Amino acid sequence: MSEQPLTRGDFAVELRGITKTFPGVIANHDVNLSVRPGTIHAIVGENGAGKSTLMKTLYGMHQPDEGTITVDGTTRTFRSPTDAIAAGIGMVHQHFMLADNLSITENIILGNEPVTSRGRIDFAGAHARISQLMTTLGVEFDLDAPVASLGVGQRQRVEILKVLYRGAKILILDEPTAVLVPQEVVELFVTLKRLVAEGATVIFISHKLDEVLANCDEITVIRQGTTVAHTTPRETDRRGLAELMVGSDLPDPSGRETSIGSTTLLEVSGIDVEGSVSGSKLALDNVSVRVRAGEIVGIAGVEGNGQFELCEAILGLMPIARGNIALEGRDVSREPTRERINSGLSYIPFDRHREGLLLDAPLWENTFLGREDNPSLTSTVFTRRRAIEADSRAIIERFGVRTPSEHVPAFALSGGNQQKLVVGREMASNPKVLLAAHPTRGVDVGAQAAIWDELRHARDNGLGVLLISADLEELIGLSDTILVMFDGRITAELDPAEATPEMLGTYMTGEVQGVRS
Amino acid sequence: MNRQKLQRMLVTSASSVLAIVVALIICAVILLITGKDPVKAYSTLFGAAGETKVLQGMLNRATPLMISAAAVAIGFKMNLFNIGVEGQMRVALLSTAVIGGAVNLPAPLHIAFCFVVAMATGALWAGFAGWLKVKRNVNEVISTIMLNFIALSVVAWSFDTFFRLDKEGESTSLLVKTKDLPRSAWFPDLVDRRLNGMLIVAIVVLVLFWVLVWKTKFGFQLRASGANAGAARATGVNPKKMVLISMLISGALAGLVGMRALMGDVHAYQNNLAEQQGFNGIAVALLGRNHPVGIFFSALLFGFLGEASGRLQLDDIPKEIVTIMTGIIVLAVVIINEAVKRWDDRRIQRRAAAMIDEKMVEAAS
Repeated sequence: MSEQPLTRGDFAVELRGITKTFPGVIANHDVNLSVRPGTIHAIVGENGAGKSTLMKTLYGMHQPDEGTITVDGTTRTFRSPTDAIAAGIGMVHQHFMLADNLSITENIILGNEPVTSRGRIDFAGAHARISQLMTTLGVEFDLDAPVASLGVGQRQRVEILKVLYRGAKILILDEPTAVLVPQEVVELFVTLKRLVAEGATVIFISHKLDEVLANCDEITVIRQGTTVAHTTPRETDRRGLAELMVGSDLPDPSGRETSIGSTTLLEVSGIDVEGSVSGSKLALDNVSVRVRAGEIVGIAGVEGNGQFELCEAILGLMPIARGNIALEGRDVSREPTRERINSGLSYIPFDRHREGLLLDAPLWENTFLGREDNPSLTSTVFTRRRAIEADSRAIIERFGVRTPSEHVPAFALSGGNQQKLVVGREMASNPKVLLAAHPTRGVDVGAQAAIWDELRHARDNGLGVLLISADLEELIGLSDTILVMFDGRITAELDPAEATPEMLGTYMTGEVQGVRS
Repeated sequence: MNRQKLQRMLVTSASSVLAIVVALIICAVILLITGKDPVKAYSTLFGAAGETKVLQGMLNRATPLMISAAAVAIGFKMNLFNIGVEGQMRVALLSTAVIGGAVNLPAPLHIAFCFVVAMATGALWAGFAGWLKVKRNVNEVISTIMLNFIALSVVAWSFDTFFRLDKEGESTSLLVKTKDLPRSAWFPDLVDRRLNGMLIVAIVVLVLFWVLVWKTKFGFQLRASGANAGAARATGVNPKKMVLISMLISGALAGLVGMRALMGDVHAYQNNLAEQQGFNGIAVALLGRNHPVGIFFSALLFGFLGEASGRLQLDDIPKEIVTIMTGIIVLAVVIINEAVKRWDDRRIQRRAAAMIDEKMVEAAS
């Protein structure tokens, strides 16, 4: 890459008047984007604003209805990603596309294997080229190690190597920091800055404003499918950028004058849950959590460190090997899930599509799900259709779910509205304890504020919340206590008034443990 | 009824009708290729619709199909594919012929007793498959197919070894049978020797099926488990329990399938009794989209085609063309339903988006 001459045109990438329509989703209309060579160019916007659609257009995954794509001064038509790669564009996806059981080298050359004159794979040649790329990037790997042995940040580095190996000079990174802890984010930007210094161009998609402001050279803001502003970190600040994204004044994130009640609503005492493979280490190891009335207890942690198992155990969906779980002082460890729900336990699941919704069913069936024992909606045997539909309309109204009516199937709604529906359903039964897993994941800022307000309001009325979130600002802003989970254990208890995202990140990697910062 | 629901129903029925039309066209081509006249064939076939006798035969044939389609559909509603209705029916036929024939009760009680025996046996046989799925995670498609073979063989063997009547050398009939059921267990005819009263039972089954699946808490949980097992589980619906219960209900209905033939017609067990009626229920359920109304009309269609197919032979057209036709209908249904569903999903999504936009414009102004 360094040996190649740089672009001659003014812009490495220029998009003019790009329009792309899909039924039911905000796609793109009249998008304009100019990326200077040798810069990190951020594209920011809310979830669903059309960032990914735009990048898919640029990467040739679909064709725009209107508009032109110009790369290095030449107008191009991309029929497929192959065309985009040939033009020097590479994409690092949010979800890594690596084969765990293959080595780093094998993953990098997969689909693009160099061949010796005798028709074999030229591993020596591949090694040499990859080593060169590693020097450029400033990273070091044992190239024969399997990808399975790498951490998340390292895997991302391998993905970047893979893209560079294919000759990319323009890199698109789709929300690359979503899966990283703060320290890894810092490392990622060190790498990206080296790349840019070597003449590459980086297009960086994100909605995390702080990292964008700290690390990018230029910023394009996209809102409701169209580009609304172009700015630089020098010209704006966090609030200004957020207002550009939302298009209006922002809701205030904090505001906490809690009175935590004295009654303990949920008491998890020293539970163990066995790992999915028998004989493997425990998925939950001696975990204790207490949630009182009017309290929000936040759980921080990198996904997969036991948060899911904790929710499943509290709900009674996963057996506990040791310890017990009490709701309002009553031991429910042996009770079936439905009885726990009927005693006032509620659950906003991790993945609304897999566990929260019946996508093909109308909204009124979705708001009814899990509430079949609610006496106002059913009799002993039969369902009361009229009451259920009225209740569904009330939930839609109260949570501002954007839908024509309660008869529309759930798949017709946008992700944010689906989430509002799930949250609305779980709050509708006036629960005593709410397990909220990523309650605002994938929703726009407006919906996020609405969900936060509902959570605060319910908390003020005595709801106890166990909040699991990957959004550290959300955790710090809402929680009264923050517990850190690492490797199936609670490793720290922090006061949100003193906690910062960086500090939480340190705890989340498991390097530091301790009670009370 | 609201507009959305009406539209969905129209789209659903239209896609089934379209499937039938496509099948008719393909069969016409087949007839042409084999040198027969499709116009003549179809006019003979559908011309039979005017005859009372054919219509009575249609209803008779449709009766077991309605029940077996309901048995299949209740499984489908929770993503269980019970292919074993045929086997469950067969086991129930023999057990009812033997046990029902061994007791003497006043007529209504005797009939009820036979029903209970049939349903219990069918449920037991289907219960094996449910139990295997719950305990050992054995796919119910595989286990019910295997249980079909076992049922056919076990029933044929035990009939031959223990229950056939001609051992005493007094039977003059060509087909070997079990001992006749006492008259009190005979299900009465609506039209003497032409139309059996089991039709009423079949319709009651369809109505109860509708009430159970669409009007009760249990039915909602059943459909929720079928639509998204993960979501149902997270709300405390025990998926294993649902699998077992729906398999038992499906099997109990399967047990009733053969009762028109046994209690309403032959009044004794013989080896070809009610043959294929369990399998045909799968096709009827598919064409009827697992809905009682759809099942009712598809059962009538299949019943009619079966009854009228004999007429074709008079015109020197092989009646197997009807078998081919039913096969093509099933294939066409599966393909066209899927295509129509995709189209309809997109339509709903587009319309929802448009209506939301309208609402927002209204709110803004």
